[in-house]
Amino acid sequence: MIKEVLQQLWKDKFARAALIILGFIYLSLLFADFIAPYTKDFSDRTMAYVPPSKIFTIDENGKLSKPYTYNYIREFDEENLSIKYKLDRSKKHYIKFFVKGQSYKFLGLIPSKIHLFTTDKEGRIFLLGTDINGRDVFSRLLFGGRISMTIGFLSLFVLFPIGLLYGGISGYFGGKIDMIMMRFAEAIMSIPSFYLLIILASILPSGMTSTQRFLLIVIILALIGWAGFARVVRGMVLSIKNQEYVQAAQAIGASRLRIIIKHILPQTTSFVIVAMTLSIPSYILSESGLSFLGLGIQQPDASWGNMLKEAQEFTNILYRPWLLTPGFLIFVSVLAFNLIGDTIRDVLDPKSKVR
Amino acid sequence: METLKYIIKRILQTIPLLIIVSIISFFIIRLSPVDPLAELKLNPSISPVTVERERQRLGLDKPIIIQYGKWAYSFVRGDLGVTSTGERVSQKLKERIPNTLLLTSIVILLTWIVGVPLGIIAAVHWKTAFDRILTVLTSIGMAIPSFFFAVLLLLFAVKTGWFPIGGLTSPNFADLNFGQKFIDIAYHLILPVFVLFTISLASLQRQMRANMLDVLDSDYVKFARAKGLPEWIVIYKHALRNAINPMITLLGFEFAGLLSGAALTEYVFQYPGLGRLILEAVLKSDINLVMASLMMGAVMLVTGNLIADILLIITDPRIRVKS
Repeated sequence: MIKEVLQQLWKDKFARAALIILGFIYLSLLFADFIAPYTKDFSDRTMAYVPPSKIFTIDENGKLSKPYTYNYIREFDEENLSIKYKLDRSKKHYIKFFVKGQSYKFLGLIPSKIHLFTTDKEGRIFLLGTDINGRDVFSRLLFGGRISMTIGFLSLFVLFPIGLLYGGISGYFGGKIDMIMMRFAEAIMSIPSFYLLIILASILPSGMTSTQRFLLIVIILALIGWAGFARVVRGMVLSIKNQEYVQAAQAIGASRLRIIIKHILPQTTSFVIVAMTLSIPSYILSESGLSFLGLGIQQPDASWGNMLKEAQEFTNILYRPWLLTPGFLIFVSVLAFNLIGDTIRDVLDPKSKVR
Repeated sequence: METLKYIIKRILQTIPLLIIVSIISFFIIRLSPVDPLAELKLNPSISPVTVERERQRLGLDKPIIIQYGKWAYSFVRGDLGVTSTGERVSQKLKERIPNTLLLTSIVILLTWIVGVPLGIIAAVHWKTAFDRILTVLTSIGMAIPSFFFAVLLLLFAVKTGWFPIGGLTSPNFADLNFGQKFIDIAYHLILPVFVLFTISLASLQRQMRANMLDVLDSDYVKFARAKGLPEWIVIYKHALRNAINPMITLLGFEFAGLLSGAALTEYVFQYPGLGRLILEAVLKSDINLVMASLMMGAVMLVTGNLIADILLIITDPRIRVKS
């Protein structure tokens, strides 16, 4: 079935474009260490809020040259009382490809020094400028994407087993158990989800390592979403449980848990796939919203949401528009996921005509 | 009479729901290692008497079950305690809740006025250029993060100077007469409303379109057409009535989503609403305020769903028969 879905996705031209874009994004994130000219924690304090580097391919004599860039130097403008960045034209820094730069561990395992591109030791190349700490925005976009683009998937893998089992048990047992379980799920759904999200995030203790924090945020996101999902699963189980093959299993004497897990829940597969793809964007958005408020992923770790935190200041959005790039990436990836989700729904549920 | 009975039953059902919500929220907040009175104690302008009264009210020296009982008792009586700055929580909520309700109700009204007709037109002109353009636009609308959109609009407001940058009122609000006050508030509401409107319009339009397409496909619509009824009667008299019913159920969900979406938008626009209140309370770990606004958020959400259900009973006779 999955092969058929993929074929259909490839046929639809919007979905194909979305697949290609997402594939490109995920590949770049996978090779982030190699593509990024700097490591996640590299910062040059003298280079705070530097605009994107200008890359020249034609030198001052009008001749074609190897691509090179100039460093920025900071100057204080006494008249306007502002800081200005000027190109230091005294020294050219050539851009080199596949050369040794800062050392890193590829995927945290293989030590390496080779970068896709970098410049000489004194030179700095900031494709998308730098942030307040003089960190390269382009490199951090790649590292931040690793968190932003995986957190949704991880939450789904926590949430779906819980929702499936909860909805399955509630629907299959029925009666009092069903009533109590559903009242509880409804109560969770009655709390505005974003309020619950920020409260759960705010009670996380502060002294955690970044991995622990990441995992706990995954769990919090899952805690928000399971109730609605469990309710729909319950509805489906209610309609499935009276079918003859379930009665047959009961007659053979299969245990109730076995009937739920082996016989009933597999029937909900296509719904689960649709629900999964449709809900990924909302997790990406939730994480970025949370980090934007400063309650999600914390500095010095990067995520697209916490990089946008700097966009909360007027001066930044007015004079340093390159700090807004994570927002466009969130937009593009959410759009791509939505397009894929719509197409998958069309394939699995031909009756629906939402698109 | 039957309808009234059903409505009363439905209202009574919300009470156990709210009790469970309050238990869940209470225990979540008590999980936090923060001393609920820490902020109060640190504030030099708060007398020790007030702190002691809060400790008594919350029963902090007693087991957690009794603490919950005490909290619930004073909540029902309308005593929500004081914030970390010493103001009354109930006063604070009274200021903020109407603002959030104002924002969300304007957004819901606008999305319905625009979204429902757009959904109908798109369904009637299914797979035409118009429909496709709308689908692309709604996809874009659904993909913009609300806070990022808000930031972009702020940038726009700062650059052009056409719109106020945040808040709900101008500094000279108190000196204005009634008409000017009204215009001032409306002027401040434009940008936040626009953000939430764009985001919720997309899903509403899609849902309406899907419902309408389903209905247009049904036998009775084919029959009405076969009978030779003019197309506009088929669509607006027969199809629309059935297509709109599921939308009323959605109204409750839309309200829930708006409460959440409004929190970030309120934050970016510095709009004095409930969402920003709870956010500030969370950041300052002001337990009383967090707890009260969480409960009020839940009450608003449950009420929204209740209203949607009651509307549905009124518009859809089939539900009355079933119950």
